[in-house]
Amino acid sequence: MMKRLLKLSAVAALATVTLATAGTLDDVKKAGVLKCGVNTGLPGFSEADSKGTWRGLDVDYCRALAAVVLGDASKVKYVPLNAKERFTALQSGEIDVLSRNTTNTETRDTALGINFTGVMYYDGQGFMVPKSLGVKSAKELDGATVCIQAGTTTELNLADYFRANGMKFKAITFDTNDQVTKAFEAGRCDVLTTDASGLYATRTKLKDPAKYVVLPEIISKEPLAPAVRHGDDQWFDIAKWTRNALLTAEEKGITSANVDEAKAKNTDPEVKRLLSVEGEMCKNVGLEKGCFYNAIKQVGNYGEIFERNVGVKTPLKIQRGLNALWTKGGLQYSPPFR
Amino acid sequence: MAVYPPKPAKEPPLTERGPIAWVRHNLLSSPYNITFTILGLAILYWTIPPFVKWAFLDANFAGHTKADCTGNGACWVFVKEKLNMFLFGFYPQDQLWRPKTVIATVLALGAFAKFVPGLHRFKLLLIAIFPIFAFMMLHGGSFGLSLVETSKWGGLLLTLVIASVGIVLSFPLGILLALGRQSKLPIIKSLSVFYIEFVRGVPLITVLFMASVVLPLFFPEGVNFNKLARALIGITLFEAAYVAENIRSGFQAIPKGQYEAADALGLGYWQKMALVILPQAIKVTIPNLVGTFISLFKDTSLVMIIGLFDLLAMVNVTSNDRDWLGMDTEGYVFVAFIFWIFTFSMSMYSKRLEKKLNTDKGK
Repeated sequence: MMKRLLKLSAVAALATVTLATAGTLDDVKKAGVLKCGVNTGLPGFSEADSKGTWRGLDVDYCRALAAVVLGDASKVKYVPLNAKERFTALQSGEIDVLSRNTTNTETRDTALGINFTGVMYYDGQGFMVPKSLGVKSAKELDGATVCIQAGTTTELNLADYFRANGMKFKAITFDTNDQVTKAFEAGRCDVLTTDASGLYATRTKLKDPAKYVVLPEIISKEPLAPAVRHGDDQWFDIAKWTRNALLTAEEKGITSANVDEAKAKNTDPEVKRLLSVEGEMCKNVGLEKGCFYNAIKQVGNYGEIFERNVGVKTPLKIQRGLNALWTKGGLQYSPPFR
Repeated sequence: MAVYPPKPAKEPPLTERGPIAWVRHNLLSSPYNITFTILGLAILYWTIPPFVKWAFLDANFAGHTKADCTGNGACWVFVKEKLNMFLFGFYPQDQLWRPKTVIATVLALGAFAKFVPGLHRFKLLLIAIFPIFAFMMLHGGSFGLSLVETSKWGGLLLTLVIASVGIVLSFPLGILLALGRQSKLPIIKSLSVFYIEFVRGVPLITVLFMASVVLPLFFPEGVNFNKLARALIGITLFEAAYVAENIRSGFQAIPKGQYEAADALGLGYWQKMALVILPQAIKVTIPNLVGTFISLFKDTSLVMIIGLFDLLAMVNVTSNDRDWLGMDTEGYVFVAFIFWIFTFSMSMYSKRLEKKLNTDKGK
């Protein structure tokens, strides 16, 4: 009932919103600050350090977008949102862009009235087990006890996966992620399952992380992408091509450190267009010359963002995996700057 | 003549005096008592030493990073490093003197009220001026202070702001509602009854959720009521209903003779209420009122669900920092301790107030 009411009001609001907004870009320029919806706390993606400064992969997307639009990556107002209020915040205009580990799905993309830009992180549900269990693959988990968080899609995916493989399992559900972690550590279950990015964060919370392994199987598709409102194509283009610029920069080996040199010397035509040495890439989306250069200079390319926030040198220790560039066996791919 | 001074009375046997008697009478007087004593001691034994070991003996106090903690006991380094986050949330680091000044002012006023006798005459004036001063200081934007949006307020600061605004505003509103419910005017009475019963039938979490998620959808885009203001209004309206019922219970404790006496003196309705009934009614409801205010203080942590970072929510924020993962236990223990300090002080204050206002002899 509540859900239906929400959806109804969301749709009603949408109708007015679509009429009212033509220019998010103008609004952002006028305000001089980008309002970006982020998670209230997800290690590696959106978290506050001891000084209260936001950082993370999702946060860096906000910074890159601010650099593209306003020329300054620091001109972001972060609006921490929980899962329930995130779409309302976007629809009601409380934020300009939602960069909050949100899975791109058909319903959200269409009925909810939002547009997903491009995938910033390919996530998917995975499993973690103690090394002592001696399990090398999720296919060997027949009869296992599994700790999960109640009321998430995780639960449904898990049931589907085990049924598809003709295996049995016993689920123990908990309210919060912390309870799941504590129960798993206490040995109440053999397996812990959640989105892979969360698994790595969970592992670092355990007393002796080295005793646990994450199994290779990923059993669901969770492409996490930033989102903007329906009905503002120019803003959608900017948001989409900001992400593409970060990927292209990595593909071409342009980093925040060498971007000035590349701007002066690089002869690759695509790099020249990306950095506004040639062509009208920025003008096409209604921005000043050098818009993408600003993002790369101030925030770095996709690879830098990934390694800085969640990569193997951080406490999360996540491999590139699906998030490697397409040239390196991953899925991250940008259409050409042409 | 021989004198026979009476011998001093013999002391009672050892089993009937001193600590031994106390133990015998209070802890071991019956089989039930013995069982519960053993059970109680066992529970204490199982909980206290491990806690002391975790919180003090094995705990780490020195250092600046997670690496400085051995991991056997509590890592208080975490609380130390994140203290400003716990106390002030996302308030800009270089502006922290502003909330600190406000808090110092509160403490100073409290101290002055005790030692400067004439000060209480200006109480009402202070109550009117102080919120304006506090808001100016915290929010800024004038007098050369930089603007700090309310979305950056957090931690204990936010908890105190919400709790004090909630208490100060819901109190008069509650009195009005209670008077309305007692009123002989049918419209006022039924409106008050409807309001009180409706609000008490709805969980606070729903009120906050509606205020933050549903309300914005009815405004045109770009019109955004401040989130904190929405929460404050929600909490105030919610608590007012509870305060009203507390006060009403006070009205019912006042003997009918008091009303009649006030009428006989020729007092009008407002005079009767303000001079005779309310002072007595509020006095008898102090324990209930303080109970309501204590629960309001703790309810403030529900604002977490609308994305405001009160003291409790800061545990979630700080322990999700990738450099400090897995520190939530320390965070929760610390926050529980702070909550306890405040609620316990409120209880003590109410006790003192009751004593001070207890003018009835022999009670």
